[in-house]
Parts: sequence; structure tokens; C-alpha cells
Amino acid sequence: MKPWRNPGLWLVLALTVAISVWPALASNKAYTREVSFTILKAVALASSLNILLGYTGYVSFGHIVFYGMGGYVGFYLLDVHNAPLYVAVLAGGLASGLIAFLLGRAILRLRGAYFALATIGINEAARAFIKNFDLFGGPIGMSLNFNVYKSYGGPNQALWIAFISMAALTLVITVVSFLVKTSRFGLGLMAIRENEDAAEVMGVVAPSSKTWAYVLSAIFPGMVGVLFFFKNGNIEPPDAFNLHQSIETIVMVMLGGYGTVLGPVLGSAIYQRLRGLLLVSPLFKNIQLAVAGVLLLIIILFMPAGVVGWLRSRFGALRRVLE
Amino acid sequence: MTGQAQTPILQIQAVSKHFGGLQALSNVTFDLPEGQILGLIGPNGAGKTTLFNCINGIYPPEQGHVIFRGRDITGWKPYRVARTGLARTHQIVQPLNELTVLQNVIAGASFGHEHHPLSQAREIADQVLTFVGLAERRDALAAKLNVAQKKRLELARALAARPYLLLLDEVLAGLNPTEIAEMVDVVRAIRDQGVTILIIEHVMHALMNVSDRVIVLDYGEQIAEGSPDEVANDPKVIEAYLGDPKLAQQMMLAE
Repeated sequence: MKPWRNPGLWLVLALTVAISVWPALASNKAYTREVSFTILKAVALASSLNILLGYTGYVSFGHIVFYGMGGYVGFYLLDVHNAPLYVAVLAGGLASGLIAFLLGRAILRLRGAYFALATIGINEAARAFIKNFDLFGGPIGMSLNFNVYKSYGGPNQALWIAFISMAALTLVITVVSFLVKTSRFGLGLMAIRENEDAAEVMGVVAPSSKTWAYVLSAIFPGMVGVLFFFKNGNIEPPDAFNLHQSIETIVMVMLGGYGTVLGPVLGSAIYQRLRGLLLVSPLFKNIQLAVAGVLLLIIILFMPAGVVGWLRSRFGALRRVLE
Repeated sequence: MTGQAQTPILQIQAVSKHFGGLQALSNVTFDLPEGQILGLIGPNGAGKTTLFNCINGIYPPEQGHVIFRGRDITGWKPYRVARTGLARTHQIVQPLNELTVLQNVIAGASFGHEHHPLSQAREIADQVLTFVGLAERRDALAAKLNVAQKKRLELARALAARPYLLLLDEVLAGLNPTEIAEMVDVVRAIRDQGVTILIIEHVMHALMNVSDRVIVLDYGEQIAEGSPDEVANDPKVIEAYLGDPKLAQQMMLAE
């Protein structure tokens, strides 16, 4: 089936576009823009992670390392070399992809819990390295000179540019996620997820398929990192390599439904709205991460396939629409 | 026999493999001419599946060579072996559970020997599913199939690769007599399409019926080789494998 004739693709795109255009329609544009940016960032990170976690079945706990590394590389180019934003974003993505390629060759030999542990170790190692890496500002990090925003028409305009870029990037990621899922490459990844040994016997070249899945799932977080820290104006090791954010991304993928295109989009939207409510609630604001943990527990116990997976298995007719 | 003139499709040359102190295979040597069905029998632990694993690259043999269609494929990775046109089924079925039956078979067609793009792989998968009699279950998840259907799926996935050589590891185990008869017909039909088959089986009468030639392994040693009749009457086989001479008669007559 041709991809554009699949209603599943249109549903995912419609949801992403709806999140993106919401600020333009809202009365408090600046506020909704920030909320929407946060959701889009989550959608982008979750959809990228899903290529590895959902399609390939490799649980990366430290996936945020690619967001941090890409963010740092892009930020450095913006700050020190006055590179245009799009160059920084591409460089951030490439850097993360390259790191993933090299790492993947080593750690993708590990399976299950060993792989997950290795990814946490890599994130911690990356943070420790950057803390001691003077070129990137060491433990203090880097701050953008305000003049940088001038070439984008001032800070306010720059915020909109960051937002629109994020929306476009998120749209690209959801399309890529869909194309991967419906391609031969994606079928190979899912075969690896279901049974790696059997997949190899069938002819799936598991080592290189896994590596490319890892690279693909790393490139986009790298680009997202650049956009976020460009908007943020400064970058520090704890923000760039925040393990909490990594785990929250896993929660969003699991909540929506791992291995589906729609799942990470829906999961991110639900989780970020929930988080927004919890953060302003006096009762929950200090324990909102605990809520994420409990949520993950509940999903895995009662709805292991997530919202989309549950809907698909419950209502067979929806299978054509929910990819 | 036609095999004399042309090179055999598969040559096993002095293959040995041990696990720790256990000699799983010692000096196994045989040729498999194109178009034949070669049965591989032996008591549990005789090294039959180990031999399969050495042939398709799950692990390399310590000594000896595996020559497939004139190429030395000894020690090649399974995915590389699969591309050369060798497919296998597993003794313990290995369905891709969360994928549909159709997706399982498409994967076989698109990653195996002929390496088709998805659209063509889908056509082949449809044909193969009809051929093995699983067409009605094509949209079911592989996990939802019963044992007999899973065996068929395993076979369909291997067949979809359109291999030159098919290694069948106990495709009849766990099936009832009707299902066995159906499966035997399928195996014959596959051979009639020109696919060479190496088959491990414990269901003796079926194996004896379907094989052109039989090789007997015992403790990793090749103790007999010949036509089903010769093997069934070989005193060494009767002693090592069947234990009871009467059983040999039964196994020939059971069909």
C-alpha cells in the first residue's frame, strides 16, 4: 500500500499538526506556544526512542545522551562560531548519529537488561566527560550571547522560530517513524524484536539493522536538543544529560503504545498534559516524577501494549486506522 | 542416481563439533545430491540439530567444511547463509509472535535468498500460505496459532525464501496422525518443486516413507547410510537406535 493512502499516517499527522497550530489559535499565544513546544519536544523524543525501543525491542534508558550531545555540539556552533540555526541543528543531529554509530557497534551486542544498563552508563559517562570538557564550558556550561538572537529578529521572534522549527522537525520524525514501520527495514527490526536468532536465520542482518535503528533514533534527539537549548539560551550538563527525562520518555512511549507510530505521539500528549496539571497542583508538584513511576508500573501491569495497543487488540476494526 | 554427474548441492566434509567434554559431532561426512530428500535420524542427543546449526551458521564447526552449491560456507553467519539459498525450520517453533502470520511469511520472502521488496514478498507470501494451508489465518497474530499451524507457519516462512535447500527440523513432532499425513504431502510437494530437503524426524514411518536416503547418527558418529530399507535392516542401527529388532519391522509397516 502506498504510504499516503494509509489512514494511519494521516491520523498521526493530524494529531501532530493539531498540537502545532494550537498556539496560533489560542488567546494567550506565548503561553500556549511554550506548552505546545514542550509537548512537541516530547513527541519528537518519544517517537525517536520508539524506533529503537518499540520497533527493535532494545530498551535504551540513557537515550537522552543523544539529546545532550547533539545539543552541546549545536550550541557550541551557535555560540562560538555564530553558525545559522539550521546548520547547528543538522550538525547536532549528525554528531548524535555518529556517536550512536560508534557506540552501537559495541553495545548492541548486549541484550535485554545488559543493554539497558550500558545505556545508563553511557549517559552518566557523557555527563562526567562534558563536566570536564573546557571547550564546552565544563561544569558551568555555555550561555548564548544575546546578540545571537538579533539575527533572528530579536529574542521574541527567535522563540517563534524555535517553535516552528520544532513543529516541522516533529512532523518529519512522525513521517520517518511511519515510513520505517511500513518498510522492509522496519519489518526486519520487528523480526529482531520478536526473536533475534530466528530473524538472523531468516536472513535479517541483525548487527547492521540494529546499528541503523540506533543511529536513526539518535539523530533526531540530537536535533531536538539544539532547538531546545537555542530557545533556552544556556546549556549545562545536568540539563543536557538528565536521566529523569530519559525515563519520562520511556513512560510516554509505553503509555501510548510501543511499536506503534501513533503511540508515542498520543502518549507524549497525554503525559505532558498530566505533568502540566501535576506541576501546578500543590499536592503533587514535588512528587510528579513519582507519579510517572507509578504510571509506568500501572501500564506495564495492566496495559502492556499501551493505549494504542489496547485499542487495536480490543477493537479489530481500528487496526486499519491506528498504525 | 543423478547425483554422480553433477556436484552435490550440499557437501558435509568431516565436520566435528564438541561442547565441553561432549563430542556432539565427529567426522560427519556426506553428500546431498540436488532434488533428493535426505533423512537424518538418531536417538535424542545424537547431534542432529547440532549438525543443522553447523550447516546454517548458528555456530561454526571446529573442524571440517560445509560446501553449499560449490561454495565453502563454513562459519558464515546465519543471515549470510540464508542469502545463499538455504532455509531452515526450528525444532522448537520460533514464530514472530506479535506479527501477523502474513508478516511472518513476508519477512521470510523479503529477507531470504531472493530478497524481494515488500510488495513482491507479499505476493509470494500469499502463494506460500495457500500452499501450506494457512491462508485463512493470514491476519491472525502468530502467537494465536495452534501447534500444528505454528509448524506450518515455520515451514511457510522458510519456503517463502524460495531456497534451493531446506533443512527441516522435526516438522512432524507434536502433530496428530491426520496432520502428519497432510504435512508429509506438503513435504513431498516441496520436493516436487525442485527443492532439496534435509530432514530430521522422529516420526519414523513418515520419515522412512518420504526419504530417498537416510543417514543415522549416534553420539555424533555417523553409523549408517543408505536407502530407508537398508538402514532399517542394518544391525548397527537396530542396536544403537531402535534397540528392539521388532521395532524396525513396525516402523516400516506402520504406514
